[in-house]
Amino acid sequence: MKLNWETLIAATLLATASQAETLKMAVTTSFYNSGLSEMLLPEIKADIALDVDLIVVGTGQALRLGEAGDVDAILVHARAAEEEFLAAGFGTHRRDIMYNDFVFVGPSNDLADVTNTASAAAALQAIATSQAPFVSRGDDSGTHKKELTLWAAADIIPEGAWYRAAGSGMGATLNVASGMNAYTFTDRASWLNFGNKGDLALLFVGDPALFNQYAYIPVNPERWPHVRNDLALKLENWLTSDKAKTLINAYTINGENLFTFNAAR
Amino acid sequence: MSGFWEAWLLIITLDPDLYEIIFLSLQVTVSAVIIASLIGLPMGAWLAVNRFRLRRYVIAVLNAFMGLPPVVVGLFVYMALSRAGPLGGFGLLFSPIAMVIAQVIIITPLIASISHQTIRDLWAEYHDLLISMNATRSQRIMALLWDGKRALLTATLAGFGRAIGEVGAIMIVGGNIEHATRVLTTAIALETGKGNFAFAMGLGLVLIALAVIINLLIHIISKTERARTW
Repeated sequence: MKLNWETLIAATLLATASQAETLKMAVTTSFYNSGLSEMLLPEIKADIALDVDLIVVGTGQALRLGEAGDVDAILVHARAAEEEFLAAGFGTHRRDIMYNDFVFVGPSNDLADVTNTASAAAALQAIATSQAPFVSRGDDSGTHKKELTLWAAADIIPEGAWYRAAGSGMGATLNVASGMNAYTFTDRASWLNFGNKGDLALLFVGDPALFNQYAYIPVNPERWPHVRNDLALKLENWLTSDKAKTLINAYTINGENLFTFNAAR
Repeated sequence: MSGFWEAWLLIITLDPDLYEIIFLSLQVTVSAVIIASLIGLPMGAWLAVNRFRLRRYVIAVLNAFMGLPPVVVGLFVYMALSRAGPLGGFGLLFSPIAMVIAQVIIITPLIASISHQTIRDLWAEYHDLLISMNATRSQRIMALLWDGKRALLTATLAGFGRAIGEVGAIMIVGGNIEHATRVLTTAIALETGKGNFAFAMGLGLVLIALAVIINLLIHIISKTERARTW
């Protein structure tokens, strides 16, 4: 036994040292839960011999990881927060990669009649008026920030017993909504890939206000010299390539397209 | 229940991803248990045989720390190992070593506290003998640790049990990175987040089975709990 233990300790200590050419990237839960990353990562490895370690967190935390220099690049979806991040000098630049859309899901009997509303703001007003339970991410993620913008646009301060802030990632929040049979705000990719839909149904889509842009930001090597900016740029080149365009545009779940590539070149 | 069978299928077909996760779980936890035992067992024994002014307070703090909230330990280790933190230069965040560090902090008080209680009782029994033999302080500690090894095994196994099932701290400091820091507990949390309850449950049963097997193996190797042995 003793020998094995020593080997195990040695192996643990060596585990990090032996990983050459690895990039750490913080990505949003919605990007990861869509399943797109599982398709892209092996292609990235095959094409440019780069291992991408994904830290899956909310956009708020992803930005803080970049700020602290704990990752080499981030892939997030909250424009205003990204601009702040760049203005503070934490990142070198931001590059649009792709977009999808946010959606409202809720109980299939749709008591608040969200399906027949004309805009995202009207949908929220319908939910607030009917006091139907609504589950919010409540975790400072990109989806949460977007939801708050929409409430503000609808001129509603969401509070009261019907408004529940889960304080969790996208999957956990969908689980809560499914358990309570409540309305919630999510992105199309996470919804399609979610395995515990219960009685929930897709109720409202299509307002331009629900546009969801994903952007890639390399962490500033001037602030953190250890950051692998060379690898971050290598990955950016790949993510904006024709190969990536084809793969991202062709990615479907149940025959539905999830993302649209829109990197400028 | 399809996900449930999916999990068993992965075990039976020796799925490399699943075994990688299981192996890393064991690697991290066993490393943490060894390090925590090397610190905790002598610390418990030392506290049992020494009398000093603050002893009562040290022991009270140690007992309280048995219940350290893992998520707070995780946050603490995270802040220490972050590039912006005091130990950031080592670049250890999101590595298995960071997970071992967090687990050592969580289980050392547990191992030290249980071993202290065991050794204290043994010390009451051995006190006169060891004093009359004129044993030095370190000889006393060694003798007590050796003769109490069965009970101390329980302390170590309790540490193992707490570490192998821990998720809050290692999720924060490890980051649940596939092929790098994903272990059974964080994989279960991930599958639960995806709404794949049956698959998560299957992984959960793997985790429980693993804990039972390890405990059984330790008992067989150390020849405890056999018939005719008390």
